[in-house]
Amino acid sequence: MSDFVRNVRLWFAPEQVRDEGGTPDYRFSLANERTFLAWLRTALALIGGGFAVDQFLPDLRWAWRVGLALALLGAGVLCSLRAVNHWVRCERAIRRGEDLPASRFPALLSLVVAIVAVAMVVVVLVGWAG
Amino acid sequence: MGGVSPAPGPVDRDPGLQPERTRLAWRRTTLSATVAAVLAVKTALHGRASTAGAVGCAVCCALWLGFLWVAHRRIRTLASGARPPALVPRQATTAVLCTVALAVCAAVLVA
Repeated sequence: MSDFVRNVRLWFAPEQVRDEGGTPDYRFSLANERTFLAWLRTALALIGGGFAVDQFLPDLRWAWRVGLALALLGAGVLCSLRAVNHWVRCERAIRRGEDLPASRFPALLSLVVAIVAVAMVVVVLVGWAG
Repeated sequence: MGGVSPAPGPVDRDPGLQPERTRLAWRRTTLSATVAAVLAVKTALHGRASTAGAVGCAVCCALWLGFLWVAHRRIRTLASGARPPALVPRQATTAVLCTVALAVCAAVLVA
């Protein structure tokens, strides 16, 4: 947990990241930045999906609609926070010449997306029948 | 990335076009943010015109502008030289906070 708090402090403190290790090849930093942006786009897509569920499925019952929308929005928030955390960790690992951090998050996110997708199918079929 | 440094040519630029690719990644991300913001404004203005809807709309627009501002500054930095400096954590955090705030707005508007 203290490791996480230290990472959060690093989000706001550019000097501290720069203090550690040597300056890497700028191309590695740019590649890390593009990965961060790709995760941020994923987060934005999830948030857009949350809005879309609310807007374009008006016939759903309120609980289902709000539940699905909030699940997508929550996934978007987690994804964006994880994006910046992972970026800081990778940047530090690159500077120190360590291995890049391994992560369980992609598997977790794909599971959540799969569950939400199955829920959508069920909801649409039930909505059709009912 | 072969470890062979390129011969210094007349124009000093990265043969892998890394700064350009990163700039385009920022452009794609602003595009995603625009789509999310448009959906947010649509949600905010969906019901009858109300104060809450107007406030939600204004907040979402402000967050979108904040994101755009970060992206614009970073793109200018990337375009400034052949060896652009790394992303500053504060910019990354600002972009992420705009995204999170948009999601919080969405949760308030939806629920």
